[in-house]
Amino acid sequence: MAAGSGGGPADRGEIRRHPLRNLWRLRRYLRPHAVEFGWLMLAGLAATGAGIAVPLVAQRVVDGPVARRDLTGLFLLAGLALLLGLAEALLIFIRRWVQSSSSVAMEAAIRTDVYAHLQGLSASFHDRWPSGQLLSRITSDLSVLRRFLSFGLFFLVLNLVTYLVVVVLLIRLHPALGMLVAASAVPLFLIARRFGRHYHVASRRMQDQQGDVATLVEETAQGLRTMKAYGRGPQLAARFAASTEALHDTGIGKGRLLARTSALLDLVPNLTLGTVLVAGAAAVAGGRLTIGQLVAFVSLQLMLIWPVQSLGWIIANGQEAATAADRIQEVLDTRPAIADRPVAIALVRSTVRGRLRFEGVGFRYPGSAVPVLRGLDLTVEPGETVAVVGATGSGKSTLLSLVPRLHDVSAGRITLDGHDLRALRLASLRGLVGVAFEEPTLFSMSVWENLTLGRPDAGEDEVRAALALAQAEFAYDLPWGLRTRLGEQGLSLSGGQRQRLALARAVLIRPAVLVLDDPLSALDVHTEALVESALKRVLRNTTALLVVHRPSTIALADRVALLEHGRITAVGTHTELLAGVPTYRGLLSAEPAAASIAGTPTSTDPTPGGSPLVLS
Amino acid sequence: MTAASAVPEPPPEADPAHWRGVAPDPNADRSLAEDSDPAAVARLRARSRALLADVLRPHRARLGTAVALLLTQNAAAMSGPYLVMLGIDRAIEPLRAGEPGPLIAVAVSFAAAAGIEYAARRGFLTISARIGQAVLLDLRRRVYAHFLHLPVAFHERYTSGRMISRLTSDIDSIAELVDGGVESLVMAALTIVSVAGILLWLDLPLASVTLLAFPLLFWLSRWFARASASAYRRTREAMALVIVHFVESMRGIRAVQAYRRQARNQHIFDSVNDDYRRSSRHAFHLIATYSPGIKLIGNVTVAVVLCYGGARVLGGDTGVGVLAAFLLYLRRFFEPMQELSQFYNSLQSATAGLEKLAGVLDERPSVAEPTRPVPLPDGPARGAVRFHGVSFGYRPDSPILTELDLAIPAGQTVALIGPTGAGKSTVAKLLARFHDPDSGTVTLGGVDLREVADAELRRAMVLVTQETHLYGGTVADNIRFGRPDADDAAVEAAARAIGAHDFISALPDGYATEVHRRGGRLSAGQRQLVAFARAFLADPAVLILDEATSSLDVPTERLVQQALGSILRDRTALVIAHRLSTVETADRVLVLDRGRIVEDGPPAELIVGGGRYADLHRQWRDSLL
Repeated sequence: MAAGSGGGPADRGEIRRHPLRNLWRLRRYLRPHAVEFGWLMLAGLAATGAGIAVPLVAQRVVDGPVARRDLTGLFLLAGLALLLGLAEALLIFIRRWVQSSSSVAMEAAIRTDVYAHLQGLSASFHDRWPSGQLLSRITSDLSVLRRFLSFGLFFLVLNLVTYLVVVVLLIRLHPALGMLVAASAVPLFLIARRFGRHYHVASRRMQDQQGDVATLVEETAQGLRTMKAYGRGPQLAARFAASTEALHDTGIGKGRLLARTSALLDLVPNLTLGTVLVAGAAAVAGGRLTIGQLVAFVSLQLMLIWPVQSLGWIIANGQEAATAADRIQEVLDTRPAIADRPVAIALVRSTVRGRLRFEGVGFRYPGSAVPVLRGLDLTVEPGETVAVVGATGSGKSTLLSLVPRLHDVSAGRITLDGHDLRALRLASLRGLVGVAFEEPTLFSMSVWENLTLGRPDAGEDEVRAALALAQAEFAYDLPWGLRTRLGEQGLSLSGGQRQRLALARAVLIRPAVLVLDDPLSALDVHTEALVESALKRVLRNTTALLVVHRPSTIALADRVALLEHGRITAVGTHTELLAGVPTYRGLLSAEPAAASIAGTPTSTDPTPGGSPLVLS
Repeated sequence: MTAASAVPEPPPEADPAHWRGVAPDPNADRSLAEDSDPAAVARLRARSRALLADVLRPHRARLGTAVALLLTQNAAAMSGPYLVMLGIDRAIEPLRAGEPGPLIAVAVSFAAAAGIEYAARRGFLTISARIGQAVLLDLRRRVYAHFLHLPVAFHERYTSGRMISRLTSDIDSIAELVDGGVESLVMAALTIVSVAGILLWLDLPLASVTLLAFPLLFWLSRWFARASASAYRRTREAMALVIVHFVESMRGIRAVQAYRRQARNQHIFDSVNDDYRRSSRHAFHLIATYSPGIKLIGNVTVAVVLCYGGARVLGGDTGVGVLAAFLLYLRRFFEPMQELSQFYNSLQSATAGLEKLAGVLDERPSVAEPTRPVPLPDGPARGAVRFHGVSFGYRPDSPILTELDLAIPAGQTVALIGPTGAGKSTVAKLLARFHDPDSGTVTLGGVDLREVADAELRRAMVLVTQETHLYGGTVADNIRFGRPDADDAAVEAAARAIGAHDFISALPDGYATEVHRRGGRLSAGQRQLVAFARAFLADPAVLILDEATSSLDVPTERLVQQALGSILRDRTALVIAHRLSTVETADRVLVLDRGRIVEDGPPAELIVGGGRYADLHRQWRDSLL
């Protein structure tokens, strides 16, 4: 099984207009901290200045008071050195303190925005993007960015300034030799540029592979029971091994690149130093330079070593930050496919009658050629309950997901009281529609929090009533009642218990339209009967659309709609359809004698390799 | 905030800070690593050190090479200034005399030194990247394998978000250290030691004054080590919470959107995100204090040396040259100290990550692999199942099963029914050895499950549940999960047998269709069919079906039912179902209520009696057409 190869639909390796463009676009997060950043740059420069001044003072001490045997002068200068030293430490402290506050604040701000954006992106986006890939963006990528903002960027500026100042001083000291040193910037630039390009590719690959690993881990956690049930640990471990191996190889490639570049960045200043030494010695021998000048020149040149050496690290950091910015912008640049129109309206709950109408609705999943629904027409009158019946995979759940606009129709329209759903504000629509999915989604939070998902302001009594309706009072018997934290996805509860909590959650929002996807499938017959009779009271004045597999649940519905080949082929009461529509009878009858059903496999010989299956 | 901004903030009274709820114990969802008890922390530190030593052990030879290269590089780098001295002192005079020999010698030596430095540095960095990456690879695999090994019970409390956090963000913190830290550590340590030696050799009294700084450095470092260790521990924990919340919201995005949960989620996310921001800011503030603190001590020492050394020179106790050299060396002494503090910081962060990993590796599986496995018998006896006085509860105070006795002969199909919460799934989980009983034994083929090797147990028994997980990959891959060595024909035969072939061949790429994320495109019923085919392909002696047909429509279920008729013929089967159509075909029905078997017999017999099954059966009959 492939390790869900990476960056989702993101066109990997696409060449951007400029590698730093996305990094630059993130500057808006820097803006609130611009003043701080200015101050810390100043503090940094001042600290460096103070740092350089201390040895100068020490030099003065040796040349001055010590030589002149001047004790007062000695104490004065030593005091100055002390003051400078204190100032340097204090300035560094200020810089680092301010820097750490602002860099973590920027990191948190970006993370908040990415999360908010992701919550607004439609279900089809999340179907395409493994959450591991998204996760690595808000963790690894953001810490890379933070490191760049707090160190890389700062040292880039500081080192450039230092380099320029020293080169200018060198040229003033001895133009010819100074120009030689300045010329050494050319190979440095070439090395850095080459490195930057290669490193950009490698770090993007690495970050994507980190996302793959995260995805794999996430999937492993999801499928843990299945893995355990089949004892497939070794197989998964092998898959993980392959994925981490790729990460490992990329890491080594990156390391090699960095090793070569760092060594080169060491070599160039050394060779320059050697050349200066030889040329300088010749100049001194020729009397064009004094020894003192040569010594001063060389010691000044030594100050360039650190800025050049650190260049490799800074570029690496910068490239990683650039690719991290790309990956973050990739997410932020995805426009929500389902969003409020500019003139979207909000409906008031009390004025909603709840007439739900599907008009020629067609739907296909993005990237899929086969439509799931086509030309579907159905009207649910206010307060009416319509059950949708269809074979496995006929598109029932897809149909339901269109009502709260988890997906938008590809053709036709759906209206609520005559308003196209797309003309309503999302928040308004979703506040009117209560949904219970077939697979109840529970979170590792308190039961209360899970129940009040759609109505955080629900009162104690309302919650109690909803629980009673769903026959979910067992929640009160949990060790801490409704405050009990559910295990992840509520997996410590039985399937039936989870389903009942999800149902309670759906009715709690007092929906105008209730959409239930086979909400009682995991209940035993007895509990089902209890829930049904309670649900009937709610459904009396709520418009409802149910997906139903079992004849028993159909009793809830006023009318039944048969979904076949992506359209509704028959609508009527249960009895009418039973009498007049053979397909319908085939779908619901427990009698094995029923005629074979369109699109549904039937076979009388279930043994492997048996007779070919019969399709009607 | 896009959609979120459309929704008003929840009123403050509806915002109990306790959204996470109460868990059986505050550390329930943590591994030992997150325990705050000092003794546990000390144990953990020892274990993470042991873990580090363990992952480094295979690289001893390489580490040696790396150190040798580093020393070479250092020597070559140190020779640079010396050669400059030589060039100025010894080569200029001969050159003036028209003798270029010495200058050429210096130039050649200089070039050679530069070449050696280049090669040694490149070699060192390459080797250390290799070691670092190998260590990371090893850690990732170890922790992953251990997670796979830990029982379901562990994962239920630990949450997948935490597992992901361990394998991503915690490993990242170690990677950060590996990327840049080691070189500076070794270099700095080398420099500090050699400079200290030179200082002592130059001027003992002056050096003694310098060494007065040591207790201060030590004290400051100890403070930092303690404070930052707990700070980084908090950071890692805060990050884990961010990840847990993030992963859950993304996974449940449909529910989040359908219920307009965005604002509340944002609220919670902002609070965990802000916790993380504050905890990492705290950690960074510590280093922001420590690093200039070191600098301060260094600068004050320089000033003191300047003063005291100057006075000594004035007093004629030492030479000017010595003082000059001393000051130059002092600079070289505190400079790496600065780097070292930086390194120390990443070390602390990596240590916190490593501790978390060590904590996971330290978790002993409550369902352990036997040290001396007993083989299952071959032949018909293989499928005989027996529960012997089995008691079990997920929490000590609330038992689910008490003293359960049950014998299922090989080849029998048993249906287990009863109200939700009666303990049916628990019986299934104990039989599949997701948990071990608190007391009593569960045996398969006469062998206690605790004595069966996991691989053998899984070959003999398969559990299919309502939650059908599809892995990334194709439909065929997912069926093949049941038996990895099965060929395409076997995969297709299994799908045909279960009645899944038709819908699979109708998919865009047939069996090669990618199921996408968590089977996004397949309906719940289709996923169950795939899961069934998977179980069929695995061909186990014992098959446990826990509500495995709940999402199927009636005709499909009927097909599966028919298939089951022949599939279950030669196997032992435990079937849990609410729909009694499944039950009717069983050899025997067990009615479970509050952890006890209240009825036991062939379905035909139980229907006749006036018991629970007869009741349920009547209700069910009524519910049908």
